[in-house]
Amino acid sequence: MRTIDELIADSPTFAGLEPAQLEFIAGCARNEHVPAGTMLMREREPAERFWLIRRGVVALELYVPGREPLVIETLEAGDVVGWSWLFAPYRWALDGRTHGDCHLIAFDGVCLRGKCESDHDLGYALMSRFAADIIERLQATRLQLADVHGNVPTTA
Amino acid sequence: MVPASFEVVEKRQDTADVWTLELMADSGEPFEFEPGQFTMLAAAGAGEVPISISGDPDKPERLVHTVRAVGLATEAICAAEHGQVLSVRGPFGRPWPVHEAEGADVLIAAGGIGLPPLRPAILRLLAQRERYGRLLLLYSGRSPDELLFTDEFEDWSRRGFEVQVTVDAAGEDWDGHVGVVTRLVRHTKLEAGRVIAMSCGPELMMRFLVAALIEQGVSSDGVYISMERNMQCGIGRCGHCQLGPTLVCRDGPVYPWPEINPWLAIREL
Repeated sequence: MRTIDELIADSPTFAGLEPAQLEFIAGCARNEHVPAGTMLMREREPAERFWLIRRGVVALELYVPGREPLVIETLEAGDVVGWSWLFAPYRWALDGRTHGDCHLIAFDGVCLRGKCESDHDLGYALMSRFAADIIERLQATRLQLADVHGNVPTTA
Repeated sequence: MVPASFEVVEKRQDTADVWTLELMADSGEPFEFEPGQFTMLAAAGAGEVPISISGDPDKPERLVHTVRAVGLATEAICAAEHGQVLSVRGPFGRPWPVHEAEGADVLIAAGGIGLPPLRPAILRLLAQRERYGRLLLLYSGRSPDELLFTDEFEDWSRRGFEVQVTVDAAGEDWDGHVGVVTRLVRHTKLEAGRVIAMSCGPELMMRFLVAALIEQGVSSDGVYISMERNMQCGIGRCGHCQLGPTLVCRDGPVYPWPEINPWLAIREL
């Protein structure tokens, strides 16, 4: 059976970290099996955790009064769910719900923030990786906003 | 080239503004074509437009077109009823490199109405499944109700295609992906050296898609895209579809990425 530090090393977000750093991070993490339809996070509630998806899909949703939730993006194996634990005011900006049963690694964000404060090398390494993730997702969102499928005249 | 008369023998509405028409030649002759080719199609009095063939290349007895009604000519074609005659010239253009891809993993990436021009390639790949490695289809659309050929995905999957579909936005009843196609690429574990990619869709989508593929290690030499320009004659005479030194109707619509990329980067073209 693989340990948590080995499992998180497979993720693009944590790949390349030193074994000691991975072990240090794993001290704030645990495996979780989460059934379908579970609300992992809810808009405006305190953001104290985040997750790495090992198996399954998590939908990021926007609550819209009077209608069904709007799914903004789906995340899958290898993706990190949740950034709001990193930045004040530490509250979720979106809802996050499991689509199907999920195998996740859940991280205690408060614990990890503390470790980053006490070990700035680790903090820098993690921030660099999260920034790369955020940029990749921001660029995808910009493309989504461009409405490429809706705005382009075509004869095909 | 003189237009031939084809009769509408079957018609299906795919989405709010997209129809698939099956045509048969008045002459009774089969319409042989290669995947990726197009015809110049016209309903009487409404003008001629280039339309990709969406049918099965191994069933040439029927010419199949999937058309989005976006202007006078395409609206007239989509309004054609059973028994109505349309004029057809073609087939034209450089096809998808289906033969060249033998032995490789083939990734098909389509956006919206870009799937119909790739459907003949998908059907040909499936018909010759044993000649290829892994087969993947990444398909993106604006919303679930704008996706095309969804009733065929299960059959394609059963016959060997890995089908991944994503939409820009959806309600909670959609159980597929939500997000852009580049995110699907990130999660597709490609054996980069073995991949031939064929893409058709909005140019912006293809630009970002190709960047994502190259980032995953896919060689740009193995990437092909289908271009759309203002094609009018279909035979490289009128020059309306010129892009740099190339005429899309004659030299395309399918291009290897290294051949077309320099011209896409010039904003004035």
